[in-house]
Amino acid sequence: MPEKIFETLDGNEAAAIIAHKLNEVIAIYPITPASSMGELSDAWSSVGKKNIWGTVPKVIEMQSEGGAAAVVHGSLQTGSLTTTFTASQGLLLMIPNMYKIAGELTPTVFHVAARAIATHGLSIFGDHSDVMAARTTGFAMLCASSVQEAMDFSLISQVASLESKIPFIHFFDGFRTSHEINKIEVLQDEQILSLIDDSKITEHRKRALTPDNPFIRGTAQNPDVFFQSRERANIFYNNCPSIVQKVMDDFKKVTGRKYKAFEYFGTEDAERVIVMMGSGCEAASETISYLVGQDEKVGLLKVRLYRPFDSKRFIETLPSSVKSIAVLDRTKEAGSSGEPLYLDCIQAVFENNTRNWKKFNIMPKIVGGRYGLASKEFTPAMVKAVLDNLKNEMPKNNFTVGINDDVSFTSLEIDKNFDIEDEKVFKSIFYGLGSDGTVGANKNTIKIIGENTDNYVQAYFVYDSKKSGSTTVSYLRFGEKPIRSTYLIEKANFIGCHQWNFLEKMNVLEKINENGTFLLNTPFSAEEIWSHLPKEIQKTIIEKKVNFFVIDADKVAKDSGMRNRINTVMQTCFFVISEILPHQIAVKAIKDSIIETYSKQGKEIVRRNILAVEKTLENLFEVVIPTESNSEIKLQDYISNTAPDFVKNVLGKILEGKGDDLPVSLFPYDGTYPSDTAKWEKRNLAEEIPVWDPDVCIQCGKCAFVCPHSVIRVKVYDKENLVDSPITFKSHNAKVREWDDLKLSIQVSPEDCTGCGICVEVCPAVNKSETRLKAINMMPQPPLREQEKVNWDFFLKLPEKKLTHSETTHIRQQQVQQPLFEFSGACSGCGETPYLKLLSQLFGDRIYIANATGCSSIYGGNLPTTPWSKNEQGRGPAWSNSLFEDNAEFGLGMRVSVNQHKEMAESLLKELNNEVGNEFVFAIINAKQKDEAEIHSQRDRVEILKEKLKKINSPKALKLLELADYLVKKSVWIVGGDGWAYDIGFGGLDHVLASGENVKILVLDTEVYSNTGGQMSKSTPLGAIAKFASGGKMTPKKDLGMLAMNYGNVYVASVAFGAKDEHTLKAFLEAEAFDGPSIIIAYSHCIAHGINMTKALDNQMALVKSGQWSLYRYNPDNLLQGKNPFKLDSAKPSLPLKSYLNMENRFNILNKLEPEAANKFLDKAKQLIDEKWTFYSNLDAKDLHHEQK
Amino acid sequence: MDLSTNYLGLKLKNPLVPSASPFSENLDNIKIMEESGASAVVFHSLFEEQIINEAENFHHHITFGTESFVEATSFFPEPQDFHIGIENYLANLTKAKETVSIPVIASLNCKSLGSWTDFAKEIEKTGVDALELNIYNIPTNFDLSPQYIEDSYLNIIKKIRSEINIPIAVKLSPYFNNMAYMAKKISEAGANGLVLFNRFYQPDIDIETLKMKTTLSLSTSVENRLSLTWIGILYDNITADLAATSGIHKTEDVIKLIMAGANVTMMCSALLKNGIPYLKIIEKELKEWLEEHEYHSLKQMHGSMSKKKSHDGKAFEREQYIHTIQNFSN
Repeated sequence: MPEKIFETLDGNEAAAIIAHKLNEVIAIYPITPASSMGELSDAWSSVGKKNIWGTVPKVIEMQSEGGAAAVVHGSLQTGSLTTTFTASQGLLLMIPNMYKIAGELTPTVFHVAARAIATHGLSIFGDHSDVMAARTTGFAMLCASSVQEAMDFSLISQVASLESKIPFIHFFDGFRTSHEINKIEVLQDEQILSLIDDSKITEHRKRALTPDNPFIRGTAQNPDVFFQSRERANIFYNNCPSIVQKVMDDFKKVTGRKYKAFEYFGTEDAERVIVMMGSGCEAASETISYLVGQDEKVGLLKVRLYRPFDSKRFIETLPSSVKSIAVLDRTKEAGSSGEPLYLDCIQAVFENNTRNWKKFNIMPKIVGGRYGLASKEFTPAMVKAVLDNLKNEMPKNNFTVGINDDVSFTSLEIDKNFDIEDEKVFKSIFYGLGSDGTVGANKNTIKIIGENTDNYVQAYFVYDSKKSGSTTVSYLRFGEKPIRSTYLIEKANFIGCHQWNFLEKMNVLEKINENGTFLLNTPFSAEEIWSHLPKEIQKTIIEKKVNFFVIDADKVAKDSGMRNRINTVMQTCFFVISEILPHQIAVKAIKDSIIETYSKQGKEIVRRNILAVEKTLENLFEVVIPTESNSEIKLQDYISNTAPDFVKNVLGKILEGKGDDLPVSLFPYDGTYPSDTAKWEKRNLAEEIPVWDPDVCIQCGKCAFVCPHSVIRVKVYDKENLVDSPITFKSHNAKVREWDDLKLSIQVSPEDCTGCGICVEVCPAVNKSETRLKAINMMPQPPLREQEKVNWDFFLKLPEKKLTHSETTHIRQQQVQQPLFEFSGACSGCGETPYLKLLSQLFGDRIYIANATGCSSIYGGNLPTTPWSKNEQGRGPAWSNSLFEDNAEFGLGMRVSVNQHKEMAESLLKELNNEVGNEFVFAIINAKQKDEAEIHSQRDRVEILKEKLKKINSPKALKLLELADYLVKKSVWIVGGDGWAYDIGFGGLDHVLASGENVKILVLDTEVYSNTGGQMSKSTPLGAIAKFASGGKMTPKKDLGMLAMNYGNVYVASVAFGAKDEHTLKAFLEAEAFDGPSIIIAYSHCIAHGINMTKALDNQMALVKSGQWSLYRYNPDNLLQGKNPFKLDSAKPSLPLKSYLNMENRFNILNKLEPEAANKFLDKAKQLIDEKWTFYSNLDAKDLHHEQK
Repeated sequence: MDLSTNYLGLKLKNPLVPSASPFSENLDNIKIMEESGASAVVFHSLFEEQIINEAENFHHHITFGTESFVEATSFFPEPQDFHIGIENYLANLTKAKETVSIPVIASLNCKSLGSWTDFAKEIEKTGVDALELNIYNIPTNFDLSPQYIEDSYLNIIKKIRSEINIPIAVKLSPYFNNMAYMAKKISEAGANGLVLFNRFYQPDIDIETLKMKTTLSLSTSVENRLSLTWIGILYDNITADLAATSGIHKTEDVIKLIMAGANVTMMCSALLKNGIPYLKIIEKELKEWLEEHEYHSLKQMHGSMSKKKSHDGKAFEREQYIHTIQNFSN
């Protein structure tokens, strides 16, 4: 055996390393939590990293997982070793091809970071719902329980697949294993090569399709032969478990690590045994070890090879003494008699009887239960609860563990005080912000400990679901033995709080140990800090004798030129205080790590980080703890007391981090949640907020238009409304001529602003006496918070003005419309949300939104609170997310359904003609509803109708009463990103456009898969660096607008609000007015572009001026008037393309990597822009009359 | 006609040297400069702030938003070896040196002592013929003494002189308490040449947008008077060579500055305005003028009108100012 090499890495990397070494073709598509396996493979191949046979694997990104599976199939059929990575819905999209691949007995491994499948809601987190849905495909299934196993089983499954010819799913738990960082022994090439039998590869290649030896595979078969053929493969499945076991035995010979297809752990005379698979086995093993030490007769059977399920081997592995068995499934199969693993185990135990294997002393009881859905915690206390249940004469069956099911009473009681964690393991928790670099620092810390000491290490990270101001919690363990605690830390030796303001609401010391250490980043000195702490924190520090250290990390970081990145500072503090390494060695290790990490980004970055280390040492102080807590500061509530009960009792608890404690009964049974809840979550993220200067303001409305979080609002109202206004409330005479007698106010919601500053950048008005000031200026939030809260509340009570149609056609008036999309969790400075806000302002009271999965579905629909809201009449957008790939069709379904309701209503109305009144019915049915005024009139008519119907005592009237609101125009908007529109959903989008139905499509085009971290889509521009395009995108951006225009009867617009906001408004109004399908392709700047988000509108301006993006509208209605439907709305490119490209890191990176390649891309891009400009301007200049003649 | 001159120990075929400008960012332009008669070329400046800002922005944008959201813990592929910092500049400098046979002078513009020496050493390794240090500092700190600023200039020069072997020229501003003293000290600190003077790009105001404008305005011939004055004063009083820059547009300007004592005359605005081949015209006219006026070589007139050698050396002093005013009044 070669000398052992240890590395600290996560499960995805562990699997990807082996997959990349053992394959020739890798077909990929991004999906959480599997994406990084594909990203790493692509990055490795792009720098020429070779597999063990000396070739560089071809990594190819497809338009969907379905496409990736088909590429795998084709590649396998032609003899290449091929793999893919996926999860959840992605695996489901692969299923049809998986049946084919398995049916043709083709060796391959699909590496799956197992994840929940969207049902009542979407979850990106880990469970076995996806792999269980694929268990019928004929793929073998091998489950890894840890990071080490993720690497080992990647190899074992590949070897076994080649030997058995059966394709494998190699899976491990999403996040808990895929994203857990652990110190593992890595496989070396000589070990890998020694296990691979080249003759099996040759066999695979010989079965490949080739015209040099042609045959046919993939025939269509009739009833006479299909069945027999299907049974022909049985022998391969029968042999597979033994082959897997043999490979595992061979593996042990070269690595020393022993695995079994079914692996038993516990006492030989165990009476109670748990059967399960996945990362939960680690927590279960820990618990069994502990209980065995307490003389309990218990055991665990780990299922490694789940398919083919070898019943005999399973029975043989169980101890004959077992009296009761609990089978734990990490999935839910609604309506079944039990979950899949449970049913398999029952069958095996039953077979023991029917085949007379005579394994057991007595027939064991066997029960099944569910645990850990969507990464729900699975702890030793839960393991104990499961084993305790088995003590009962009649153990609870179909139970759940880890929740409180007070509806169907499935859940087991848990002893929350049951704690078995090894005291020798050092446990630490760090609370930080995403933006402050806490997670990055901790990843670095754990690597330093893993690589500089003999300790085993583990790190796991939890993020909240916001994209701006997100809170992160890092859990780090290290100790002398391998860490198998696959659950969060409950009692920590060390707690770091990297953001002072967390102490406003969060009890960060809830989990600190006696004599633990607390490190706080605070602007207060060691002498000052005590009096600024909340009472709860003071008490914990005293009672638990906590060692308390403070540092002003923000100041140290700023002084070192690190802006708000306090990662290096806090990391240094941790090492110095915890004394994991001797002081000098720790500091040297940090500095070495800085050099290794940042050298490639320039000496200056290294210098600043090292300076930060040195300054940290000078600024870290221990606090002398007083003997008594004297604070009058209390931790604040997360949600206002005035919030509705559901918001307080459910959403508020989730915000508080107590969601795990909520009982089943508090949840809706069908995934339905109230709208309009984001307003209750006051996040107070902004250090500075915009402040309006009415005297300078020209009332253009641009600040409100661009505000990504709808925190800047405009209202016009009668001056009488100002009676009783707060003293600091600001107003000004409205400057629009039609609003001569009215007052206007621009008000900011101080607690919802994220402080992006984009409003200030767009403001065109300058203070003439002090030109650094504009009509809106950023000022520190804390001193303004209380005052502006009062002003905001007053502002909200001012009446909303109903606008005429003409008033909605100019931004300065239109922006008075109430946004019905507010305070989302989108990134600070987001480029998508201004479009959604505009949509909600213009049509929000009558709109359906079908939202493709992606950024917009996350900031639009991720619990706890959601941003789609309601007006004072209780109307607002009806929003839903189905899937990623089906969104256009989902929206079309809404459209045709709503049409049916309307048709039915009209039919009933006609039938009630006499009762309701002839003229009135005529007016309702023939109402044009072309603009806001007409829609308002129709709404009034419908209200009158409803009153009339209530007085008519007939079934038809009652039926019409149910449907009457459908007589008011309803709009269906289909919204999603470019990943959906250009790639995975394009087929459906194309079909919906071709349907001619009156649906509106809004493509929020960020030119990458933003939500999953910036992977290339077909919208990505030529030469841009993205994940899966490490060397720059080789092909130009797809012209989606031109494809849509080809139909001739589709309204098409290409907009960029930062370049021409009025154009965007016009396009939205025209798209809505067009009686047929419309599509707006909306350029959306994005954090994934590597830009200054505050100045993102400059980028949009440069984008259009350079010709990289064209503004246009194609309105088929113009054809009816004999006009050219195409109007090019942007001017001839006037800015050198390079000037624009230099503004964005996605283009700049290539300059830094390969300047010559970047120049070639630039030349090609210039040429494309010229060609596009010529083409569009010719289209614009087309003389239709001339052609008709 | 022998137009040759010596500058920084380099023997140049004529005194026409394009100064540091965006022109030299494109290697094709450097080739054209050589073909148009330039005797040497000053490569475009490497600005320390530019390098630092570039690294800082790059780092910021590549880390901004990372590790904040569970599905997108990063937005770009794992970084490989980026060419950040001076790598690109050095690569281009090396290519420039390979592209032309005339001497190539690098130009370095830093603000911190450490960077000056680090960058200078890297530049020397490219094989360039000399290094021009552009010490461009507008002190806005009201508490900084002139002595401190002057000492910092001299420290930079001494430090670099001790670290590299190629000739060094120092491009200066005229704003010192005693220019003659500073020139002498800089020369003593190890500078092989002085480039007089740097033009400061001063801001302007856009009265419509109420924003500052930073547009570049080209020099005019009038501006070479300051260089002419100080070159005339310094000639033959310090050991360093003298290069004239700012406002050299016409052949007449070249002649005047050589007469004042410049070893070379550097052009930027004239070439931006007239194109690089304009050098050919200047060279031709210079040759014709010398022939017409029966000079046998350029060196013959070098310094002939300096304070030391002209019949009217007082023209370089205050008395001449009074004389000029009186003449104007009359």
